[in-house]
Amino acid sequence: MGMIGQHLLNGLMQGTIYGLVAMGFTIFFGVMNVIKFSHGDVLTLGAFGGLVAVWAANALGLSVPLQFIVALCVAMALTAVVGAGISHFLIMPLRNAPPLNMLLMTMMVGTAIREAIRLFFPNGTNPQRFPELLPAGGFNIGPSFFRTDAIILIIAGAASIGAVYWIINHSKFGLAMRAVAEDTETARVMGINFGRIIPLTFALGSITAGFAGMIYALYYSEINYSMGLLLAVIGFTAAIVGGLGNIWGAIIGGYLFAGLQTFVVAAMPSMSDYKNVFAFVLIIVLITWRPTGLLAERGSERV
Amino acid sequence: MTPSSRTLARGPVWPLFVAVAFAAVALTALVLIENQKLLGAALAITAAFCFCAARFGGVAATEVAASENPWLLRGLITVASLAVIFVLRDDNFGLLMLATVLIYATICLGLTVQMGYAGLTNFAAAAFAGTGGYTAAMLGQQGGLPDALVLVCGGLVAVFIGSLLILPVLRTRGHYGALTTMAFGVMFNVFLDANDFFGGPQGLKLPGINLFGWDFTNDIHIFGLVLSSYVNYVILTGILTALAMIFVGLLDRSWVGVWFDVVRLDETAASVFGLKIAYWKVLAFTIGNFLAGLMGAVYAKMTGFIAPANFTFGDSLVMVSIVILGGIGNRWGVLPAALIVVLLPEKLQFIQEYRLIFYAVLVIAILTMRPDGLVARRVRKLRAEASA
Repeated sequence: MGMIGQHLLNGLMQGTIYGLVAMGFTIFFGVMNVIKFSHGDVLTLGAFGGLVAVWAANALGLSVPLQFIVALCVAMALTAVVGAGISHFLIMPLRNAPPLNMLLMTMMVGTAIREAIRLFFPNGTNPQRFPELLPAGGFNIGPSFFRTDAIILIIAGAASIGAVYWIINHSKFGLAMRAVAEDTETARVMGINFGRIIPLTFALGSITAGFAGMIYALYYSEINYSMGLLLAVIGFTAAIVGGLGNIWGAIIGGYLFAGLQTFVVAAMPSMSDYKNVFAFVLIIVLITWRPTGLLAERGSERV
Repeated sequence: MTPSSRTLARGPVWPLFVAVAFAAVALTALVLIENQKLLGAALAITAAFCFCAARFGGVAATEVAASENPWLLRGLITVASLAVIFVLRDDNFGLLMLATVLIYATICLGLTVQMGYAGLTNFAAAAFAGTGGYTAAMLGQQGGLPDALVLVCGGLVAVFIGSLLILPVLRTRGHYGALTTMAFGVMFNVFLDANDFFGGPQGLKLPGINLFGWDFTNDIHIFGLVLSSYVNYVILTGILTALAMIFVGLLDRSWVGVWFDVVRLDETAASVFGLKIAYWKVLAFTIGNFLAGLMGAVYAKMTGFIAPANFTFGDSLVMVSIVILGGIGNRWGVLPAALIVVLLPEKLQFIQEYRLIFYAVLVIAILTMRPDGLVARRVRKLRAEASA
């Protein structure tokens, strides 16, 4: 029985990461109707930026909590700049192109980032160890052992999801964002600076990726150049299953996917290599049953 | 259409000869030249020639000549291909690359039917090719079946696996549709990696092709000349590519092609006119998957070894890139695009290591600067209207 707590914690952890990634996908889709597939690789970039920041802070002799703060800030700033840059220089010029072109283009941007890390980061082909910056140790509740850092990360992740939700629904910037998402033309007529809202939205979405990348790095203590690809596929899946453009849908989708994986590992330990196979099969079945996601966007089609 | 209107539209035939001869010479040069500086010069000349041809109406003249003399075109291509094979007869590596280009091109012809004609997104082309390859490997281990049947079985199994995906593909659209094939593509790889029965990450070995008693691993002796055994594969893949090309061309010209276009462009209008959308989508999906499975089986047989790493999601992306690069929906664009994507990284040593980043930047550049691809698809013209 001791394993159940372990699995629960692990599932929650993965669900938080997937949910954060999926939230990025759904924000981009809501505002620009694009799938930004490079999202996962922006996450990787954030994690590597954080790693470099930790090295630099360590060399400067900063204390561990300061190292942590520096790494977090660098990761989030880097992803924000890269996200805004991608939107401004690559996505905006193509916004009237067919969706397939846009999807392919962002996939290729992701490939370029991934390969650049592999080729130009020192020893980039091999996994990199990420230093442990959070307090080690843990505690027992009954037979299950809970890692302190995992608890902190889950709470931080949930808090960041809440913060993004608040920004979108209660801040002035969020209002402008939602106005652009609802009707770009009208929003511009109402005096919303379209050219500024879009990069800012992409920066916001990418910051969540940077945050997720740091959570991943701190929890697994290891990062590699290709970790973003599977995370992007899973995050995209979660966003789709929840229903694109719906924040709650994305979060539910993220936890659902993590739940499916964890269930396979917990119920059939011998089949744990197949956990992604099972999860994807179930997702395909789910999408067949509800072709526009669980919390479907409502809308009629104009002919 | 009256006979007189046909004679009116006749243009000169010579651009056709020039185009085919140029393509053959450029291809041979690209495969043969090893010196990197010479290769760069050859590439520059090729690019300049293509650019000038496009700029001064040479491409249009060739198109007119080609559409007026289809059999002359086919004959010229056959002669040119034989000449290329003859020049490259003992260059094993060059021939292997050529066959690989043809395999990719044919798989991408299938993708053209799916994505360019019927408007289905398929991000799992490599997985379908892999299905064909693994079918060939498993059937080869059992033995007993003649290889011609094995190859066809590769295609049929890919169609069968694809038919499991038909329901989600039909029910979903746009990004939701992209997800189903993408999830399948990733799943295929994870499954093979984890599975010992199919050899796991180490993959499987399989023997070469033996077609109707003709062993493809032997060199060919003809008129006192020795041709490398890979010539067999180039000829086989060349014939398959030509057949697929003709088939896809006929499909495009027939009413089926028009119906595909209607289904892609406006489903509502299509159903108003009584077209069964699901039927045409299933047909396009099946044709594309069959080609992918068939060529996957040929590929596996040719290289003698398959592993999950040959059929990753990244490879599916490369195939979609070829289709976009060539100009989506244009079957001729697939050939130069496959050549660029498959051959260039092999030849240019300095980009070997940077292969994927090279593809990525190339596709980004094409998408931002020339979104219709190298050879854009023409709007369908009805002959009577064109000559009026």
